[in-house]
Amino acid sequence: MIYRESGQFKTSYRADQAIFPIPQDRYALFALLAFAFIAVPLGANDYWLGSILIPFLILSLAALGLNILTGYCGQLSLGSAAFMAVGAYAAYNFQLRLPELPLLLDFLLAGLVAAAVGIVFGVPSLRIKGFYLAVATLAAQFFIEWALTKFGWFSNHSASGVISPQPMTILGYTLTTQADKYLLVLGIVSVLALLAKNLVRSATGRAWMAVRDMDVAAEVIGIRILHTKLLAFAVSSFYCGVAGALWAFAYLGTVDAQAFDLNRSFQILFMVIIGGVGSILGSFLGAAFIVLLPILLNLLGHLFGGAVRQDVLSNLELITFGALIIFFLIVEPHGLARLWQITKEKLRLWPFPH
Amino acid sequence: MELIFFFEVLVGGLLAGIMYSLVALGFVLIYKASGVFNFAQGAMVFFAALAFVSFQSWGWPFPLALLAALATMIVVALATERVVLRKLVNQPPITLFMATIGLTFVLEGLAQLIFGTDVHRLELGIPDDPLEIQGMLISTFDLIAAGVAALLVVALGVFFQYTRVGRALRAVADDHQAALSIGIPLQHIWAIVWAVAGFVALVAGLLWGARLGVQFALTLVALKALPVLILGGFTSVPGAIVGGLIIGASEKLAEVYVGPFVGGGIENWFAYVLALGFLLVRPEGLFGERHIDRV
Amino acid sequence: MTATSRNIGSTLLDVRNITLRFGGVKALTDISLAVREHEICSIIGPNGAGKSSMLNVINGVYHPQEGQITYRGVPRRRMKAHEAARQGIARTFQNIALFKGMSVLDNLMTGRNLMMKTSFIQQALRWGAAEREELEHREKVERIIDFLEIQSVRKTPVGRLPYGLQKRVELGRALAAEPSLLLLDEPMAGMNLEEKEDMCRFVLDVNDEFGTTIVLIEHDMGVVMDISDHVVVLDYGKKIGDGAPGEVRNNPEVIAAYLGTSH
Repeated sequence: MIYRESGQFKTSYRADQAIFPIPQDRYALFALLAFAFIAVPLGANDYWLGSILIPFLILSLAALGLNILTGYCGQLSLGSAAFMAVGAYAAYNFQLRLPELPLLLDFLLAGLVAAAVGIVFGVPSLRIKGFYLAVATLAAQFFIEWALTKFGWFSNHSASGVISPQPMTILGYTLTTQADKYLLVLGIVSVLALLAKNLVRSATGRAWMAVRDMDVAAEVIGIRILHTKLLAFAVSSFYCGVAGALWAFAYLGTVDAQAFDLNRSFQILFMVIIGGVGSILGSFLGAAFIVLLPILLNLLGHLFGGAVRQDVLSNLELITFGALIIFFLIVEPHGLARLWQITKEKLRLWPFPH
Repeated sequence: MELIFFFEVLVGGLLAGIMYSLVALGFVLIYKASGVFNFAQGAMVFFAALAFVSFQSWGWPFPLALLAALATMIVVALATERVVLRKLVNQPPITLFMATIGLTFVLEGLAQLIFGTDVHRLELGIPDDPLEIQGMLISTFDLIAAGVAALLVVALGVFFQYTRVGRALRAVADDHQAALSIGIPLQHIWAIVWAVAGFVALVAGLLWGARLGVQFALTLVALKALPVLILGGFTSVPGAIVGGLIIGASEKLAEVYVGPFVGGGIENWFAYVLALGFLLVRPEGLFGERHIDRV
Repeated sequence: MTATSRNIGSTLLDVRNITLRFGGVKALTDISLAVREHEICSIIGPNGAGKSSMLNVINGVYHPQEGQITYRGVPRRRMKAHEAARQGIARTFQNIALFKGMSVLDNLMTGRNLMMKTSFIQQALRWGAAEREELEHREKVERIIDFLEIQSVRKTPVGRLPYGLQKRVELGRALAAEPSLLLLDEPMAGMNLEEKEDMCRFVLDVNDEFGTTIVLIEHDMGVVMDISDHVVVLDYGKKIGDGAPGEVRNNPEVIAAYLGTSH
């Protein structure tokens, strides 16, 4: 099918404001979802499901959360992993202490707890901006990591603060296989991504972007700055919190606070930069890139007959990541999402570009 | 006795704070001259220290190893300017900041790739015996480190105030465009500042390395310098010093007097929370200028 | 068209004895002025006279140390800019302050944020009320797009538009808020003759069709004298003239401030 919109005329604002105004985009998305929900769980092996797709989806969700805060509302955060940790520990405690609650409600509540913590750490954003705020979010990172390890209550007094959630059960059905877990994660991530997309193209999203682009003008047009920023912190932390809960429940099964350290925060930030700042799609592209890159490097290492030592390889990985970040910032500051958009623009005109 | 113990903790904290100031100083230099918040300063400290001990372990004498390490840092600075900064001129500051996070990874990876991942002991020949003054026990090493830091600050002050390059640096810090328009070569200036910051990183790396051993954990020291920056303001050299003293002292006091009540280990975040609380009262830092929005 | 034919009403905005200081510097000294409903009031004066500061005081960006502002008969306490917006005061800026990363349409829609009542949860779900609201406001905004003749660029990011069009979009964003008082800070600065004429037409039409009261800062005396009902002259933070264009033009103090003749 040729990607072309000639002959498609929108006759109402409703049609023009649809989530995917071009029919080809809609069909492509349906096809992708059908593939992800039906073909993948049938066809993929456990390694792909459990070690690549599940972490990819969860990290996409976290990147989406950070993108809402940083990409849309312009507040740089270096503490996303801490909010993941809050979500993980909160979900664990809800499951442990209120076993009668259904699992999905645990996740929802965990997200809300993370949102509340996010609001607390977002309050300084009214008075401090830019780098000062970025540094301030490190306070969240270190304080939360410390608190979760230090106070045994959070981990039910397990040794060194490790939590191991019970198996996940939904409506009496226990999720055991990787395919089950994958479907759960995919379902949650799809719904939350849809909600995020709706949010950023509504009045709320416009308020976020207005604050990002020019806060004085935003206030003059009637936007309450603090309210807007705190909402961004809350929604962003909610997403990170749910991602953290899934990280503990669906991916690792056993985690401690160190799984959500500063390096994780950086990893999520890199996904946003590489994928595309201020783009929902970019969050997914960035996550895919960052998850796949080490695997690719490893494969390359094997291609050289395993001659490359492991520590050399991990240092090469560090260098590659760093260099890629710089490369993207220089060449395409809007990331993979922008490249995708450019490709689409070209396709719209192809094969008659003039 | 109680009081003497209090002062002992206080002085120990102040001296440790000077060490933070040393790292913060590198941040301030680069921020002043190029508006870049250089997250890679910690990686530079690590890189410098690792380069130095590696040269020493190859049997080079101390002065040669020192010069070689300095030369290495200058090469790093020049490369950074050419490959990263020059390509990102006129980008928003936040983009440059993220680029320096990328640079952090590159430097950390590169350092370990070239010089290996072993933990090295670093012997500077400075005695670390406790010195008794007025009944307080104070580390000689800390005292000497403080002296070195003071010397460095004075030297930088003279450099900025009285040399041609220093004047150009201050002009660039004030207004890039205006400096360009009167013919100050921006790129040279940036390269020089990064090289000076590399030198500061080397000094900090040697002192910290002698203290903790030269290892990856050195990069974390930079994270300790960030609250110092918040407190002192990003553009103020005296701010970096005073901020370091405050953070060092209050951190030690808090660990000793508050720590036991919450189970200890609060050193990791206390400085941040302190700085954050301070910011809420005075968003521009101790020595920063109050900013009036013009619309 | 004369001022009297447009039935200018009673006082809408009453500014009394405003003094504004930044540290030791007095930006405004004891300024009083009154703007009546439906009129076009111009504030003129040399650079640094305090014109923009005056607008910033009126819409709550700056807070004067002394004086009282009464809007629609209600004396105002110290308030934030977004509260002024809520009372129906909108403005444009001297150096364009558009949201650069957003499209023209989104910039204008932002002007209507105040009037959008659905919660963010409804917006996330985009159910019923939220979608209806979005469409309603889109229609209102499209009317402004038609009025300003910027249909062809509605989906373009504003950062990519030429200067003159950006100024127009900024006016559109202010209009989208359906203000009762519109503050324009040098709406025609840096424009060529044709663009100025367009902008004049828009300002007059807004005043005429929507009955919006307008306070504007402008340096082009031809424009000021043509479209204003009422001119206020500032110099060094003090008011030196106030009245109909004809009166102000012949005021010796004003002439001195502009031409620099000795008193």
